[in-house]
Amino acid sequence: MDTMRDRFVTLTHAALDRDPKVALVLADISVPAFETARSRHPDRVINVGIREQLMLGVAGGLAIEGMRPIAHSYAPFLVERAYEQLKVSLGHQGVGAILASVGASYDWSAGGRTHHAPADVALLDALPGWHVHVPGHPDEVESPFSDALARRESVYLRLSTRQNASSRAIAPGRLHVVRRGRRGTVIAVGPMLDPTLAAIEGLDLTVLYATTARPFDAATLRETMPPAPTVLRSFASHDVALVEPMVEGTSSHVVSAALVDRPHRLLALGVPRVELRRYGTPEDHDRAYGLDARGLAERLTRFFR
Amino acid sequence: MRRRIEYRDLHHSLTRMTGAEKHAPSATSTLDALYVLYDRVLDVAPERVDHPDRDRFVLSKGHGPMAYYAVLAARGFFPSDVLDGFGGFDSPLGHHPDRAHVPGVEVSSGSLGHGLPIAVGIALALRARNHERPNAQSNAAQSSFGRPNENTVAPRTPRVVVMLGDAELDEGSNHEAIAFAARAKLDSLTAIVIDNDSASLGWPGGIATRFEGEGWLARTVDGRDHAALERALVAPGGRPLAVIAKVEPKHG
Repeated sequence: MDTMRDRFVTLTHAALDRDPKVALVLADISVPAFETARSRHPDRVINVGIREQLMLGVAGGLAIEGMRPIAHSYAPFLVERAYEQLKVSLGHQGVGAILASVGASYDWSAGGRTHHAPADVALLDALPGWHVHVPGHPDEVESPFSDALARRESVYLRLSTRQNASSRAIAPGRLHVVRRGRRGTVIAVGPMLDPTLAAIEGLDLTVLYATTARPFDAATLRETMPPAPTVLRSFASHDVALVEPMVEGTSSHVVSAALVDRPHRLLALGVPRVELRRYGTPEDHDRAYGLDARGLAERLTRFFR
Repeated sequence: MRRRIEYRDLHHSLTRMTGAEKHAPSATSTLDALYVLYDRVLDVAPERVDHPDRDRFVLSKGHGPMAYYAVLAARGFFPSDVLDGFGGFDSPLGHHPDRAHVPGVEVSSGSLGHGLPIAVGIALALRARNHERPNAQSNAAQSSFGRPNENTVAPRTPRVVVMLGDAELDEGSNHEAIAFAARAKLDSLTAIVIDNDSASLGWPGGIATRFEGEGWLARTVDGRDHAALERALVAPGGRPLAVIAKVEPKHG
């Protein structure tokens, strides 16, 4: 089966062939995958070498001239290495780009902390106006990619080797309703859907699947919330759990903002803010962080008890 | 008809911008190079700020933009009365220039080390656009430095000129761009480095050497000599061009 990265490569080739305003800026990552595109469009497939600040400065310059740049690299180098360029070369110029990362969170767990970037979305959250997509399956890459091409704003496409067993009929910008329940709501982001569903087996919960993290679909969350479960409804609390493959609490603020007028309890599960100096497999890290089905089940069951 | 700039008027314009901007040496060090660019070199005009074939200028060293504002006002990009509000809450003229506020400002700047990488992106975009055009000429044939030739039928690749400071070159992002530009054959790109000897650790071997080592054509001139600046800026190069404009030391 294709990976999310494979789909991104195929879609980007097609976009370059179709639209002379699309340009791809690389910093040595994935260069072989784009050799064909580079031979067809040498002016618009640009490898700047291992120079991430330049990659994003170039993306800004291309966007200023009306092009739709796609910058692509490994997540820590794309978002963390040149963070000020995201602020100044894109945001402050009033222009946007598509950033497509691979190596989400701890996809390359054995690569160690330097190659882990669970804070990418939290960092982007400090900048205004970003759209953030976190697909959970290769089949869920195309629609946010097409949506991103049609926009002028900055869009982050977070591609991962972690994925759910099957895709869902997602729509960019919308939470997908997986099922409805009465006890509370769980929001699972991207590849966390399958372990979340395994963890809450037997619990009567609404499950919302988020592949667009920003802007957050507050309307669907509110519409699908089960009634508060007490007689004293105005004092009753809605229970919401958030399960993210990113840093713990990354999306807490948007959920809280969505429910500002409704008393609620929020449990935010994600990658803790620790310097875990371990290697192994992504599954090893899931267990260490309590993000495997068993660890999630313990915490979610306790919360919704 | 190009609106000429009266150089002596620029000094008066500078005095209209008051307040604690803190970068007066930056403003005075760039004045002559900016004057020559806007009076004699760049193909820009206030009535065609969005024209696709205009030249692009990027003030990367956004500190001390008073000289930049004075020159833009003198060329008619905005009324000179606007200078009086410099730095005020309702003024379009901040202590660092903002393209959203000031006509003729191509790139918002302030923090150092961003302008040259962005200028590289602009030059790449303009080259790609020209190659997509019907009847596009070879890039070498399009490279026309200096004032535009009105008899030229095919579109020229606009020049992209970026102004930096010698201390700004401390920022590593510049060196990513310097290394890349010549390899990418960006002969439409010109970097002017205003050298007032303000880099804390200096540039042993000279700034020109840094550019030449990466394949640029580099020229070092007196940054107060208008004729020398013009010659350095308009002569064809066939490679990215660096003009090192030496002015009196900041702490001299």
